[in-house]
Amino acid sequence: MREFDLQNAEVRLLNQALHGSDLAGQSIEVVNPGGKHNVAAGAQFETQVDIRGHVGYYCAGMNQNARITVHGNAGPGLAENMMSGSVTVKGNASQYCGATAHGGLLIVEGDAAARCGISMKGVDIVVGGSIGHMSAFMAQSGRLVICGDAGESLGDSIYEARIYLRGEPTSLGTDCIEKPMETEHIEELKDLLNKAGIKHDPAEFKRYGSARKLYNFQVDNVGAY
Amino acid sequence: MSSKIDTSWLRESATFSKPVIREIQRAAREGIYDIRGAGAKRTIPTFDDLLFLGASMSRYPLEGYREKCETTVTLGTRFAKKPITISTPITIAGMSFGALSAQAKEALGRGATEVGTSTTTGDGGMTPEERGHSKLLVYQYLPSRYGMNPDDLRKADAIEVVVGQGAKPGGGGMLLGQKISDRVAEMRNLPKGIDQRSACRHPDWTGPDDLEIKVQELREITDWQVPIYIKVGATRTFFDVQLAVKAGADVVVVDGMQGGTAATQDVFIEHVGIPTLPATRLAVDALKDLGMHREVQLIVSGGIRSGADVAKALAMGADAVSIGTAALIAMGDNAPEHEQEYNDLGTTAGFYDDWQDGRDPSGISTQDPDLGERLDPELAGRRVANYLRCLTLETQTLARAAGKTNVRNLEPQDMVALTIEASAMARIPLAGTDWIPGFSGKF
Ligand SMILES: Cc1cc2nc3c(=O)[nH]c(=O)nc-3n(C[C@H](O)[C@H](O)[C@H](O)COP(=O)(O)O)c2cc1C
Repeated sequence: MREFDLQNAEVRLLNQALHGSDLAGQSIEVVNPGGKHNVAAGAQFETQVDIRGHVGYYCAGMNQNARITVHGNAGPGLAENMMSGSVTVKGNASQYCGATAHGGLLIVEGDAAARCGISMKGVDIVVGGSIGHMSAFMAQSGRLVICGDAGESLGDSIYEARIYLRGEPTSLGTDCIEKPMETEHIEELKDLLNKAGIKHDPAEFKRYGSARKLYNFQVDNVGAY
Repeated sequence: MSSKIDTSWLRESATFSKPVIREIQRAAREGIYDIRGAGAKRTIPTFDDLLFLGASMSRYPLEGYREKCETTVTLGTRFAKKPITISTPITIAGMSFGALSAQAKEALGRGATEVGTSTTTGDGGMTPEERGHSKLLVYQYLPSRYGMNPDDLRKADAIEVVVGQGAKPGGGGMLLGQKISDRVAEMRNLPKGIDQRSACRHPDWTGPDDLEIKVQELREITDWQVPIYIKVGATRTFFDVQLAVKAGADVVVVDGMQGGTAATQDVFIEHVGIPTLPATRLAVDALKDLGMHREVQLIVSGGIRSGADVAKALAMGADAVSIGTAALIAMGDNAPEHEQEYNDLGTTAGFYDDWQDGRDPSGISTQDPDLGERLDPELAGRRVANYLRCLTLETQTLARAAGKTNVRNLEPQDMVALTIEASAMARIPLAGTDWIPGFSGKF
C-alpha cells in the first residue's frame, strides 16, 4: 500500500505516480484531499485508489483501468471522459459527473447534480439518489441508472444511450421518450445494480431513450429546438 | 439561358441584389437556413488595407537570398516542458476528419511535416494516418469530445482547447448525415447516417475560472509535457485573450470572422464576429497589457492567403498564423479540372463552398470512398508544402525589404494603412499622414 497525504504532497506527485506502471496492481490511499482539483486524473493502470475525504473538480478525469473510490463528496466533472475502470463516490457528486465518458462504471451512492452523464459515450452510470436538470443531454451511448428522481429535461437530444429511472422525471427533454421494459432491459438493469451494489427491484424502473425524430434535420421539427 | 431582350440597361437593386433574391426564393422553398462551408464573403477590412514601408534612406534593407532572415518560431514556452519549434510561422489549422477525407488529412500532415510546421486535428478525433504523417500534431479539445481519449492526448505534441471559431463564435457544429461513414460514426460513437451535432459549449466547464482548472487537468494528464493552446473566435478579443492567459494558456489562437468552416449557417458566417485585422491588434494589446506579449505566443487565423498576410500579421505582433481554406485550395479544392462536376452541382470552379454535403469532386471535403480516392495524399501533400514554402519566401521578402533579420522583428511602424477603417482597426497611421482615427497617443 502507498499513501499520499495531500496536505503535504502536491496532487502532481500522486498523478505522476498513477501514470507509471510501478504502482500497478497496488492499493493507494489518498488522505487529506481537502477538496483539491484533478485528484487522480489520468490514472492508467489497474490500481485501487481510496480517497479519504472530499475532492474538487475533475477527480478521476479520463480514468483508465483504475478502481477509484471517493469516501466523501466530489466536485464538478467527476470521472469526465473516463475510458475504463470504475469510480465510486460514497457521498454526492456535483455537476457533469461522467461527462463524455467512453467506458467503465461510475457509481454515485448519493445524489448527482445537473448534467449528470452529459454527452456520455459508452460509460455506465448508476446513481443511488436523484439527479439534477439536463442530465444525459446529448447522451450518445452507455447506460444511466437513477434510483431516485431526475430534474428537468432528462435526456434532451439523446442519441442511443439508455436511461433507467426508478422515480419520476420533472420533465423529459426534447426527443426523449419512455420506452417499454423488455426482458433484455430488466436483465441489463439487474446486472448494473448488482455491479453497483445497490439493491432495488428492476421492475420498479422505467426506461427512457431517444424517439430518434431529430436524427436528421427536418424543417417540420424546428419547433422542437 | 440567354435573354431575348436587352438587359444591359436594367438596374440591379443594391438592396435586393441577385444573390439576395435567390436566397429569399431558396428560403421560401426550403424553410430552413442555408448551411455552407468556407468563410465570410462580404467585403471587410483586411490585411490588404495595410502596406509595408520598405527600407530607404533611414532603414537598411537586407540582401534578398543572401542575408539570412529567420523564420523559426517556438510555441509553448510558458509552462510546457516540451515547447514546439516550427521552422515557418505558418501552421495548418484544425479541420476535422469527417469534414475532410482521410486522404486530405494525411496530405495536410505530409505537407506540414515537409516544411517543418505543425498540423491540427479537429472535431472527430485523431486518425492514425494524420498522426503518422505529422511530425508535429496539435490535438484539439472540443465541446463534442468526439473521439477524445487520453492515449491520443498523450500522443499529441500540443493540445488546443477550442472555445470558439471565427466563422461561428458562440456556435456549435454539424456534420450532416451524408458525411457519416462507418469509420466516422465509430470514431464518434454514433450511428451511421445521422446528423452529428457538436455542442457550442463544453460539457464540463462554464467560465474562465472553470477553464483554468480544466487546463490544469489536461496538464496533469499529460504530465505538463506539451503546450496547451486556447482557441477563440474573434469577438471580445481583448478580454478573451486576457482570460485565456489567466486560464493558463501557453499559446492563444485568435480566429477572425472570415475564417473558414466546414459547415455553418450562412447567416452566422456573415454576421457574427470581428475581422482578423482588428482582432490581431486587440489580442496583441491584451498580451502587452498583461506583460505577456511573446511570453504567451499568439497565433492568428482567418483569411490568411499570402506571404503579405503572414508578414502583416507578424508585424502587428502575432507570433505565427494558421491556415485552413488556403490549404484546401492548395490541395486542389475548386480546381478548374473538376469544372464539369462543379457544373453538375450547380456551381463553378472558384465558387464551390458546399463542403458540408460530402460530394466534393476534389475528394477533400468528403467521406465518399470513391471521391476520397481521387486525392493522392503524396501529391496533395507536396502542393501544401510548395504553397507553405511560397508563403514563407514571400514573408521573408517583405521582412528583408524592411531590414529585418527575423520575420518576427517586423513591427507596426513598418506599415501604413490605406483606408480610415483599417487605420482605426489596426491602429496604424493612414498612409501619408500621422493620423489614426480614435487614437491620440504616440504611435
Ligand atoms: C473544412 C474546415 C473544417 C474545419 N474544422 C474545424 C474544427 O474541427 N475545429 C476548429 O477549431 N476549427 C475548424 N475549422 C476552422 C479552422 O481551424 C480555422 O480556424 C479557419 O479555417 C481559419 O480560416 P481560413 O480558412 O480563412 O484560413 C475548419 C475549417 C475548415 C475550412
